[in-house]
Amino acid sequence: MSGAALHRPRSNEFPKEIDNVKLSGGEIIVQFLKDEGVEYVFGYPGGAVLHIYDALYGQEDIRHVLVRHEQAATHAADGYARSTGKPGVVLVTSGPGVTNAVTGIATAHMDSIPLVVLSGQVPRPYIGSDAFQEVDAVGITRPCVKHNFMVRSTEELAEVLKKAFYIATTGRPGPVLVDIPKDVTDPNYKIDYVYPEKVSLRSYNPTVKGHPKQIKKAVDLLLSAKRPMIYTGGGVVLSDGAKELVDLVRKLGYPITSTLMGLGAYPGTDPQFLGMLGMHGTYEANMAMHECDVLFAVGARFDDRVTGNIEHFCPAAKIIHIDIDPASISKNVQVDVPIVGSVPVVLADMLKAIEQSGREPDREALAKWWEQIDQWRAKQCLAYRKSDEVIKPQSVIEALYRVTGGDAFVTSDVGQHQMWAAQYYKFDKPRRWINSGGLGTMGFGLPAAMGVQFAHPGARVACVTGEGSIQMNIQELSTCLQYGLPIKIVNLNNRYLGMVRQWQEFFYEGRYSMSYMESLPDFVRLAESYGHVGMRIERPADVEGALEEAFRLKDRLVFLDFITDQTENVYPMIEAGKGHHEMHLSPERELA
Amino acid sequence: MRHIISILMENEAGALSRVAGLFSARNYNIESLTVAPTDDPSLSRMTIVTRGSEHVIEQITKQLNKLIDVVKLVDLCEAGYIERELMLVKVRAEGNDARTEYKRLADIFRGQIIDVTDRIYTIELTGTGDKLDAFLAALPDTALLEVVRSGSTGIARGERSLKV
Repeated sequence: MSGAALHRPRSNEFPKEIDNVKLSGGEIIVQFLKDEGVEYVFGYPGGAVLHIYDALYGQEDIRHVLVRHEQAATHAADGYARSTGKPGVVLVTSGPGVTNAVTGIATAHMDSIPLVVLSGQVPRPYIGSDAFQEVDAVGITRPCVKHNFMVRSTEELAEVLKKAFYIATTGRPGPVLVDIPKDVTDPNYKIDYVYPEKVSLRSYNPTVKGHPKQIKKAVDLLLSAKRPMIYTGGGVVLSDGAKELVDLVRKLGYPITSTLMGLGAYPGTDPQFLGMLGMHGTYEANMAMHECDVLFAVGARFDDRVTGNIEHFCPAAKIIHIDIDPASISKNVQVDVPIVGSVPVVLADMLKAIEQSGREPDREALAKWWEQIDQWRAKQCLAYRKSDEVIKPQSVIEALYRVTGGDAFVTSDVGQHQMWAAQYYKFDKPRRWINSGGLGTMGFGLPAAMGVQFAHPGARVACVTGEGSIQMNIQELSTCLQYGLPIKIVNLNNRYLGMVRQWQEFFYEGRYSMSYMESLPDFVRLAESYGHVGMRIERPADVEGALEEAFRLKDRLVFLDFITDQTENVYPMIEAGKGHHEMHLSPERELA
Repeated sequence: MRHIISILMENEAGALSRVAGLFSARNYNIESLTVAPTDDPSLSRMTIVTRGSEHVIEQITKQLNKLIDVVKLVDLCEAGYIERELMLVKVRAEGNDARTEYKRLADIFRGQIIDVTDRIYTIELTGTGDKLDAFLAALPDTALLEVVRSGSTGIARGERSLKV
């Protein structure tokens, strides 16, 4: 995926007139975070980080958010990062502190989210001795970080932190862990501190600008297309390339689809947008992928949930691919015109090249292509059977869309509700749709919503979830009360692990092994016991009113427990291992 | 296809495990791996012998390049190169016939006997992997007491060089 979201530090706030202030390691960390422009640290204290927590005490520049579980700290920092483009910062202790954070680190890694995770470590002399709360944090996190460091001395602390922020936020972004032995932050050992303004790494220089020859080739191919298709991914969001994308796509008049991670980069309500592609993508998007003759992939990585069976992937297409990560190019699918670079930079250069060429797309062929696409669209693959008796989960998302005017930040957990949110909430802006796409982490939604709400205090934030996912980080309701976060939790409660149940219905002859949960809590009373407002909605007629009422309670977290149809499935669906043209539509649509 | 990938990397703790971890995590094959510091003490040079299709080798080099500790790398097999491996072999050398035979065999392969007891020869041999294999095949199985091989290391022919 692509992205060069360079984050600009605030100017050095360290008082310049005092040259020789000496700081301890703990104080250096806090001062560095200030100098780096960090607003929030999401964390949980423990033995190995007590010196750092002591340095945080009594200052107000860095706001520390106390979560209830370290996994939630990483997801909250992640939600903050996804919704702002700035790096999320996490502080956890050694041992279980950092192992609990691993799921969140891996989540951020799979979706290329910039995080800096500071973990405590046992004092240097104890490392390797199986000391209390010792774990090899660098070793455990190595496969799921962009890079990690162990700080060897107080002297190198500031420089390592600078490198961590630089690596996390540049190129293809990602999480960076900095493991800090407790004695490195010893309050009695003080040294001179200077904020390192610059960082240089001889082995790390991401390419930002695309190669002019490749850009020319891409433009030629793009303009020669009879049946073009544009396929965009999370890289457009990460690199803040939405404007350049919209300019180019409107100029060309080509159809465009997006992955789950790219939703919002191109306006979801625009007629050129065919909806999401892939396993639960729209009929028109998947069919257009299958039939296109030129595919233009932008900041996307040809994930298996997107491509379906590679053998059947875009059989007639020449492929152009922009990505900032060379390793993403021709990894799963061989491409014809690779361009390594940052999405907005390359797209702007392409638009310029198109204008200078004086060439136009083949309007006649394009008109025919759109005619074909409109026929596919006429299938109305997202239509579903309405009901007056039981709440259809899709209708809840549609109501959420109406009530929020399509302008909310929506986080989700993982499963059927996630797909429905992606299908029925039409995102017109980037960074509004916050979900765990790559790793598929249940328990992501609520803590991520916390991070989003901290970053956007006045904004409407909804967490679309299910009764399975929400229980994986339900403890964060307590954090939400402590900080007064008015998140609206939209719980699509079908008493099943819905996506598991769906697969069991389709592929295991209805043997619902362990997908039914007995003994669910009373979510209304649960929310109330955490000090929030709880609502249970059982009738379709009450859905919209409940959402309106919830959003009227501007300063309260509201837990909306929607009791939904237990048997609803996510359509369209491409079975794993099948091609884009082998979609199942809902039973009613198949007949249509 | 067999490829020899030569890597210059930061001489830092954990750099080796990043490379080894990458290979296991992505299910790439490692035939041999050698690593040592270079004339520049801030750099290590690693040589990895691996096998894979062209597509896999391309992914391996791209994924290696992505590691922050990797400064530069080259697939030596892209052009002419020289490959060497060091082997130490301990053989049972008892009786005149055997001692003469193993000495002659070592000479033929341009090896050296570097340790001698009344019953044992330890032979040092360098060359390509093939040559070392051939030497081992020439020894009777019963004589072979211990074999230790360094894994291949290599360098490009002529002007081409891997430097920062």
